Amino acid sequence: MAKRSNLFVLGGLLVALLLAGVVSNFASAHPDGLDSSLREGCVFDADDTIVGGSCPAQQAREHELADSPLADYGVRGVDNEYLSTGLSGVVGVLLTFTVGGGLFWLLRRRSDGGVARSAASGDDADPTPGGADVSATADGRR
Amino acid sequence: MDTLAMHISNGIINGPVAAVFAAFALAVLALCVVRGRQDLDERLAPMAGLVAAFIFAVQMLNFPIFTGAVSGHLLGGALATMLVGPWVGTLCVAVVLIVQALVFGDGGVAMLGLNITNMAVIGTAVAYPLVALLLRLLPRTVSGLAATAVVASVVSVLAAAMGFVVQYWLGGTTDLGSGLVGLAGTMAGVHLLIGVGEGLITATTVVTVAKVRPDLVYALRGRRIVTPDTPQVPAAGGAR
Repeated sequence: MAKRSNLFVLGGLLVALLLAGVVSNFASAHPDGLDSSLREGCVFDADDTIVGGSCPAQQAREHELADSPLADYGVRGVDNEYLSTGLSGVVGVLLTFTVGGGLFWLLRRRSDGGVARSAASGDDADPTPGGADVSATADGRR
Repeated sequence: MDTLAMHISNGIINGPVAAVFAAFALAVLALCVVRGRQDLDERLAPMAGLVAAFIFAVQMLNFPIFTGAVSGHLLGGALATMLVGPWVGTLCVAVVLIVQALVFGDGGVAMLGLNITNMAVIGTAVAYPLVALLLRLLPRTVSGLAATAVVASVVSVLAAAMGFVVQYWLGGTTDLGSGLVGLAGTMAGVHLLIGVGEGLITATTVVTVAKVRPDLVYALRGRRIVTPDTPQVPAAGGAR
Protein backbone atom coordinates (compact mmCIF):
# COMPACT_ATOMS: atom_id res chain seq x y z
CA MET A 1 0.00 0.00 0.00
CA ALA A 2 2.69 2.46 0.95
CA LYS A 3 4.62 1.40 -2.10
CA ARG A 4 1.61 2.03 -4.34
CA SER A 5 1.13 5.46 -2.76
CA ASN A 6 4.74 6.28 -3.50
CA LEU A 7 4.19 5.23 -7.11
CA PHE A 8 1.19 7.54 -7.29
CA VAL A 9 3.21 10.44 -5.89
CA LEU A 10 6.02 9.71 -8.36
CA GLY A 11 3.55 9.65 -11.25
CA GLY A 12 1.94 12.88 -10.10
CA LEU A 13 5.35 14.49 -9.81
CA LEU A 14 6.14 13.53 -13.40
CA VAL A 15 2.89 15.17 -14.56
CA ALA A 16 3.78 18.33 -12.61
CA LEU A 17 7.28 18.36 -14.12
CA LEU A 18 5.81 18.04 -17.61
CA LEU A 19 3.34 20.87 -16.97
CA ALA A 20 5.94 23.23 -15.47
CA GLY A 21 8.78 22.17 -17.76
CA VAL A 22 7.03 22.04 -21.13
CA VAL A 23 3.40 23.18 -21.10
CA SER A 24 4.37 26.38 -19.23
CA ASN A 25 5.82 27.69 -22.48
CA PHE A 26 2.35 27.80 -23.97
CA ALA A 27 0.87 29.81 -21.10
CA SER A 28 -0.80 33.12 -21.83
CA ALA A 29 1.57 36.08 -21.47
CA HIS A 30 -1.23 38.54 -20.71
CA PRO A 31 -1.34 40.07 -17.23
CA ASP A 32 -3.46 38.01 -14.85
CA GLY A 33 -6.74 39.04 -13.28
CA LEU A 34 -5.17 40.91 -10.36
CA ASP A 35 -2.49 42.60 -12.42
CA SER A 36 -4.87 43.69 -15.16
CA SER A 37 -7.33 45.11 -12.62
CA LEU A 38 -4.52 47.17 -11.09
CA ARG A 39 -3.44 48.43 -14.52
CA GLU A 40 -6.89 49.78 -15.32
CA GLY A 41 -6.65 53.51 -16.01
CA CYS A 42 -3.05 53.52 -17.20
CA VAL A 43 -1.73 53.58 -20.74
CA PHE A 44 1.11 51.23 -21.61
CA ASP A 45 3.58 51.31 -24.47
CA ALA A 46 4.88 48.29 -26.35
CA ASP A 47 7.53 47.68 -23.69
CA ASP A 48 4.85 47.49 -21.00
CA THR A 49 5.95 50.77 -19.44
CA ILE A 50 3.32 53.15 -18.10
CA VAL A 51 3.18 56.21 -20.37
CA GLY A 52 0.02 57.90 -19.12
CA GLY A 53 -3.09 57.82 -16.99
CA SER A 54 -3.22 56.77 -13.37
CA CYS A 55 -3.75 53.37 -11.79
CA PRO A 56 -2.78 51.36 -8.68
CA ALA A 57 -0.03 49.55 -10.62
CA GLN A 58 1.97 52.80 -10.78
CA GLN A 59 2.89 52.36 -7.13
CA ALA A 60 4.43 48.92 -7.72
CA ARG A 61 8.02 48.74 -6.54
CA GLU A 62 10.88 46.43 -7.31
CA HIS A 63 10.79 42.97 -5.76
CA GLU A 64 13.24 42.46 -2.90
CA LEU A 65 14.75 39.50 -4.73
CA ALA A 66 14.44 40.69 -8.31
CA ASP A 67 18.08 39.63 -8.73
CA SER A 68 17.36 36.02 -7.82
CA PRO A 69 18.83 33.67 -10.44
CA LEU A 70 15.30 32.30 -10.97
CA ALA A 71 13.43 35.61 -10.85
CA ASP A 72 10.40 35.91 -13.12
CA TYR A 73 10.35 32.19 -13.85
CA GLY A 74 13.50 32.11 -15.91
CA VAL A 75 17.02 30.89 -15.32
CA ARG A 76 19.56 33.68 -15.49
CA GLY A 77 22.22 32.93 -18.06
CA VAL A 78 20.01 30.69 -20.17
CA ASP A 79 19.21 32.73 -23.27
CA ASN A 80 16.78 30.37 -24.93
CA GLU A 81 13.44 31.57 -23.59
CA TYR A 82 11.74 28.16 -23.80
CA LEU A 83 14.59 26.40 -22.07
CA SER A 84 14.80 29.11 -19.44
CA THR A 85 11.10 28.96 -18.57
CA GLY A 86 11.02 25.18 -18.65
CA LEU A 87 14.09 24.79 -16.46
CA SER A 88 12.80 27.27 -13.91
CA GLY A 89 9.54 25.33 -13.82
CA VAL A 90 11.33 22.03 -13.25
CA VAL A 91 13.44 23.55 -10.47
CA GLY A 92 10.34 25.11 -8.95
CA VAL A 93 8.38 21.84 -8.90
CA LEU A 94 11.27 19.90 -7.36
CA LEU A 95 11.97 22.66 -4.85
CA THR A 96 8.32 22.97 -3.83
CA PHE A 97 8.01 19.21 -3.49
CA THR A 98 11.17 19.02 -1.41
CA VAL A 99 10.31 21.95 0.85
CA GLY A 100 6.63 21.05 1.16
CA GLY A 101 7.05 17.29 1.33
CA GLY A 102 9.97 17.62 3.75
CA LEU A 103 8.01 19.94 6.00
CA PHE A 104 4.94 17.69 5.98
CA TRP A 105 7.07 14.61 6.61
CA LEU A 106 8.65 16.29 9.65
CA LEU A 107 5.23 17.37 10.90
CA ARG A 108 3.58 14.01 10.38
CA ARG A 109 1.83 12.38 13.29
CA ARG A 110 3.72 9.50 14.79
CA SER A 111 1.27 7.68 17.02
CA ASP A 112 4.17 5.97 18.77
CA GLY A 113 7.73 5.67 17.65
CA GLY A 114 7.80 2.02 16.57
CA VAL A 115 4.49 1.80 14.76
CA ALA A 116 5.26 4.71 12.49
CA ARG A 117 8.40 3.02 11.28
CA SER A 118 6.83 -0.36 10.61
CA ALA A 119 3.86 1.26 8.91
CA ALA A 120 6.19 3.12 6.61
CA SER A 121 8.01 -0.01 5.53
CA GLY A 122 5.45 -2.76 5.70
CA ASP A 123 2.11 -0.99 5.91
CA ASP A 124 0.72 -3.97 7.79
CA ALA A 125 -0.34 -1.88 10.74
CA ASP A 126 -2.64 1.05 10.28
CA PRO A 127 -2.20 3.42 13.21
CA THR A 128 -4.86 5.92 12.10
CA PRO A 129 -8.12 5.90 14.05
CA GLY A 130 -10.08 6.37 10.82
CA GLY A 131 -8.05 3.64 9.19
CA ALA A 132 -10.92 1.21 8.84
CA ASP A 133 -12.80 3.54 6.53
CA VAL A 134 -9.78 4.30 4.46
CA SER A 135 -8.72 0.73 3.86
CA ALA A 136 -12.31 -0.36 3.22
CA THR A 137 -12.41 2.24 0.49
CA ALA A 138 -9.15 1.04 -0.94
CA ASP A 139 -10.12 -2.62 -0.86
CA GLY A 140 -13.42 -2.07 -2.60
CA ARG A 141 -11.73 -0.39 -5.50
CA ARG A 142 -10.75 -2.34 -8.59
CA MET B 1 10.85 41.09 -21.32
CA ASP B 2 8.17 42.29 -18.98
CA THR B 3 8.10 40.97 -15.47
CA LEU B 4 5.70 38.22 -14.65
CA ALA B 5 3.71 39.28 -11.63
CA MET B 6 1.01 36.89 -10.58
CA HIS B 7 0.55 38.03 -7.00
CA ILE B 8 0.47 41.31 -5.08
CA SER B 9 3.68 43.22 -5.84
CA ASN B 10 5.58 45.43 -3.45
CA GLY B 11 4.24 48.96 -3.09
CA ILE B 12 0.62 48.11 -3.88
CA ILE B 13 -0.49 47.91 -0.23
CA ASN B 14 1.14 50.04 2.47
CA GLY B 15 3.58 48.65 5.03
CA PRO B 16 1.47 48.74 8.21
CA VAL B 17 -1.45 46.88 6.61
CA ALA B 18 0.95 44.37 5.05
CA ALA B 19 2.51 43.82 8.49
CA VAL B 20 -0.87 43.25 10.13
CA PHE B 21 -1.75 40.63 7.53
CA ALA B 22 1.68 39.03 7.89
CA ALA B 23 0.98 38.56 11.60
CA PHE B 24 -2.51 37.25 10.84
CA ALA B 25 -1.22 34.81 8.22
CA LEU B 26 1.49 33.58 10.58
CA ALA B 27 -1.07 32.92 13.31
CA VAL B 28 -3.36 31.02 10.94
CA LEU B 29 -0.47 28.95 9.57
CA ALA B 30 0.53 28.04 13.12
CA LEU B 31 -3.03 26.88 13.78
CA CYS B 32 -2.94 24.89 10.52
CA VAL B 33 0.26 23.17 11.63
CA VAL B 34 -1.36 22.17 14.94
CA ARG B 35 -4.63 20.99 13.38
CA GLY B 36 -3.02 19.62 10.23
CA ARG B 37 -0.84 17.25 12.22
CA GLN B 38 -3.99 15.29 13.10
CA ASP B 39 -4.39 14.54 9.40
CA LEU B 40 -0.74 14.15 8.43
CA ASP B 41 0.21 10.49 8.47
CA GLU B 42 2.78 8.56 6.44
CA ARG B 43 0.46 8.52 3.47
CA LEU B 44 -0.78 12.11 3.50
CA ALA B 45 2.65 13.73 3.95
CA PRO B 46 4.09 12.81 0.52
CA MET B 47 0.67 13.42 -1.06
CA ALA B 48 0.65 16.93 0.43
CA GLY B 49 4.12 17.57 -0.97
CA LEU B 50 2.83 16.48 -4.37
CA VAL B 51 -0.21 18.77 -4.09
CA ALA B 52 2.08 21.74 -3.36
CA ALA B 53 4.36 20.87 -6.31
CA PHE B 54 1.36 20.37 -8.59
CA ILE B 55 -0.15 23.73 -7.62
CA PHE B 56 3.21 25.39 -8.29
CA ALA B 57 3.27 23.81 -11.76
CA VAL B 58 -0.31 24.69 -12.66
CA GLN B 59 0.05 28.27 -11.39
CA MET B 60 2.62 28.74 -14.17
CA LEU B 61 -0.05 27.90 -16.75
CA ASN B 62 -1.84 31.20 -17.27
CA PHE B 63 -4.90 30.59 -19.38
CA PRO B 64 -6.44 33.33 -21.55
CA ILE B 65 -9.69 34.94 -20.44
CA PHE B 66 -11.76 35.60 -23.51
CA THR B 67 -12.83 39.11 -22.54
CA GLY B 68 -9.56 40.66 -23.59
CA ALA B 69 -5.85 40.82 -22.98
CA VAL B 70 -6.21 39.20 -19.59
CA SER B 71 -5.13 35.82 -18.28
CA GLY B 72 -5.89 33.81 -15.21
CA HIS B 73 -4.19 31.07 -13.31
CA LEU B 74 -5.06 28.52 -10.67
CA LEU B 75 -4.98 29.70 -7.07
CA GLY B 76 -5.29 26.18 -5.70
CA GLY B 77 -7.31 26.57 -2.50
CA ALA B 78 -10.22 24.40 -3.59
CA LEU B 79 -7.94 21.77 -5.13
CA ALA B 80 -5.79 21.54 -2.01
CA THR B 81 -8.74 21.36 0.36
CA MET B 82 -10.36 18.54 -1.64
CA LEU B 83 -7.19 16.48 -1.92
CA VAL B 84 -5.55 16.95 1.49
CA GLY B 85 -8.08 18.72 3.70
CA PRO B 86 -8.40 22.33 4.84
CA TRP B 87 -5.52 22.53 7.34
CA VAL B 88 -2.82 20.82 5.31
CA GLY B 89 -4.31 22.36 2.15
CA THR B 90 -3.75 25.87 3.50
CA LEU B 91 -0.15 24.94 4.28
CA CYS B 92 0.30 23.56 0.73
CA VAL B 93 -0.78 26.81 -0.93
CA ALA B 94 1.30 28.82 1.56
CA VAL B 95 4.41 26.77 0.72
CA VAL B 96 3.87 27.53 -2.98
CA LEU B 97 3.50 31.27 -2.31
CA ILE B 98 6.59 31.32 -0.08
CA VAL B 99 8.72 29.54 -2.70
CA GLN B 100 7.41 31.89 -5.40
CA ALA B 101 8.18 35.00 -3.35
CA LEU B 102 11.59 33.91 -2.06
CA VAL B 103 12.96 32.19 -5.17
CA PHE B 104 11.01 33.33 -8.22
CA GLY B 105 10.53 37.01 -7.36
CA ASP B 106 6.77 36.65 -7.68
CA GLY B 107 4.69 38.48 -5.09
CA GLY B 108 6.63 40.87 -2.85
CA VAL B 109 8.25 39.35 0.22
CA ALA B 110 6.76 42.22 2.23
CA MET B 111 3.36 41.35 0.68
CA LEU B 112 3.57 37.65 1.54
CA GLY B 113 1.10 37.90 4.42
CA LEU B 114 -1.48 39.51 2.14
CA ASN B 115 -1.02 36.92 -0.59
CA ILE B 116 -1.12 34.03 1.88
CA THR B 117 -4.26 35.46 3.49
CA ASN B 118 -6.09 35.72 0.17
CA MET B 119 -5.07 32.57 -1.65
CA ALA B 120 -4.05 30.10 1.07
CA VAL B 121 -6.30 31.10 3.97
CA ILE B 122 -9.45 32.60 2.40
CA GLY B 123 -9.27 30.40 -0.70
CA THR B 124 -9.19 27.24 1.39
CA ALA B 125 -11.42 28.35 4.27
CA VAL B 126 -14.22 29.27 1.88
CA ALA B 127 -13.86 26.14 -0.24
CA TYR B 128 -13.90 23.57 2.56
CA PRO B 129 -17.38 24.02 4.06
CA LEU B 130 -18.79 24.21 0.52
CA VAL B 131 -17.07 20.96 -0.42
CA ALA B 132 -18.31 19.22 2.72
CA LEU B 133 -21.86 20.46 2.15
CA LEU B 134 -22.05 19.73 -1.57
CA LEU B 135 -20.63 16.22 -1.20
CA ARG B 136 -23.50 15.50 1.18
CA LEU B 137 -26.18 17.03 -1.04
CA LEU B 138 -25.08 15.95 -4.49
CA PRO B 139 -25.22 12.38 -5.79
CA ARG B 140 -22.01 10.52 -5.06
CA THR B 141 -21.02 10.26 -8.69
CA VAL B 142 -18.26 11.60 -10.88
CA SER B 143 -20.51 14.47 -11.94
CA GLY B 144 -21.38 15.22 -8.33
CA LEU B 145 -17.70 15.39 -7.44
CA ALA B 146 -16.94 17.54 -10.50
CA ALA B 147 -19.80 19.93 -9.74
CA THR B 148 -18.57 20.24 -6.17
CA ALA B 149 -15.10 21.13 -7.46
CA VAL B 150 -16.41 23.75 -9.88
CA VAL B 151 -18.71 25.49 -7.38
CA ALA B 152 -16.10 25.46 -4.60
CA SER B 153 -13.47 26.83 -7.00
CA VAL B 154 -15.59 29.69 -8.34
CA VAL B 155 -16.65 30.82 -4.86
CA SER B 156 -13.16 30.44 -3.41
CA VAL B 157 -11.50 32.45 -6.21
CA LEU B 158 -14.12 35.19 -5.90
CA ALA B 159 -13.62 35.29 -2.13
CA ALA B 160 -9.83 35.52 -2.53
CA ALA B 161 -10.27 38.39 -5.02
CA MET B 162 -12.55 40.21 -2.58
CA GLY B 163 -9.95 39.64 0.13
CA PHE B 164 -7.59 41.73 -1.98
CA VAL B 165 -10.23 44.45 -2.42
CA VAL B 166 -10.65 44.69 1.37
CA GLN B 167 -6.87 44.90 1.77
CA TYR B 168 -6.74 47.62 -0.86
CA TRP B 169 -9.52 49.49 0.91
CA LEU B 170 -7.49 49.30 4.14
CA GLY B 171 -4.09 50.13 2.78
CA GLY B 172 -4.04 50.67 -0.98
CA THR B 173 -1.27 53.08 -2.00
CA THR B 174 -3.37 54.87 -4.62
CA ASP B 175 -6.36 56.77 -3.29
CA LEU B 176 -9.11 55.52 -5.53
CA GLY B 177 -11.94 57.21 -3.65
CA SER B 178 -15.17 55.90 -5.09
CA GLY B 179 -13.05 54.13 -7.71
CA LEU B 180 -12.66 51.33 -5.17
CA VAL B 181 -16.12 50.15 -6.17
CA GLY B 182 -14.90 50.01 -9.76
CA LEU B 183 -11.85 48.00 -8.69
CA ALA B 184 -14.12 45.61 -6.78
CA GLY B 185 -16.31 45.22 -9.87
CA THR B 186 -13.38 44.60 -12.20
CA MET B 187 -11.81 42.12 -9.78
CA ALA B 188 -15.10 40.27 -9.31
CA GLY B 189 -15.88 40.10 -13.03
CA VAL B 190 -12.50 38.80 -14.14
CA HIS B 191 -12.19 36.42 -11.20
CA LEU B 192 -15.60 34.95 -11.89
CA LEU B 193 -14.19 33.81 -15.23
CA ILE B 194 -10.88 32.74 -13.67
CA GLY B 195 -12.92 30.80 -11.12
CA VAL B 196 -14.58 28.84 -13.91
CA GLY B 197 -11.14 27.97 -15.31
CA GLU B 198 -9.97 27.05 -11.82
CA GLY B 199 -13.09 24.91 -11.45
CA LEU B 200 -12.38 22.98 -14.64
CA ILE B 201 -8.77 22.32 -13.59
CA THR B 202 -9.79 21.36 -10.05
CA ALA B 203 -12.60 19.08 -11.25
CA THR B 204 -10.37 17.33 -13.79
CA THR B 205 -7.62 16.79 -11.24
CA VAL B 206 -9.84 15.63 -8.37
CA VAL B 207 -11.90 13.31 -10.58
CA THR B 208 -8.71 11.79 -12.02
CA VAL B 209 -7.28 11.13 -8.56
CA ALA B 210 -10.66 9.80 -7.37
CA LYS B 211 -10.72 7.31 -10.22
CA VAL B 212 -7.16 6.11 -9.72
CA ARG B 213 -6.87 6.28 -5.93
CA PRO B 214 -10.14 7.30 -4.21
CA ASP B 215 -8.45 6.71 -0.86
CA LEU B 216 -6.09 9.61 -1.58
CA VAL B 217 -8.91 12.16 -1.93
CA TYR B 218 -9.39 13.67 1.54
CA ALA B 219 -12.87 14.96 0.78
CA LEU B 220 -14.00 11.43 -0.08
CA ARG B 221 -12.76 9.77 3.09
CA GLY B 222 -15.26 7.26 4.32
CA ARG B 223 -17.13 7.23 1.04
CA ARG B 224 -16.43 6.74 -2.59
CA ILE B 225 -17.87 7.77 -5.85
CA VAL B 226 -20.48 5.48 -7.33
CA THR B 227 -19.91 4.01 -10.73
CA PRO B 228 -22.31 1.51 -12.32
CA ASP B 229 -20.13 -1.50 -11.47
CA THR B 230 -19.28 -0.50 -7.90
CA PRO B 231 -21.31 -2.27 -5.24
CA GLN B 232 -22.95 0.14 -2.83
CA VAL B 233 -21.64 0.35 0.70
CA PRO B 234 -23.11 2.51 3.42
CA ALA B 235 -21.11 5.69 3.75
CA ALA B 236 -19.40 6.10 7.08
CA GLY B 237 -18.62 9.53 8.40
CA GLY B 238 -18.12 11.60 5.31
CA ALA B 239 -15.98 14.64 4.77
CA ARG B 240 -14.56 15.90 8.00
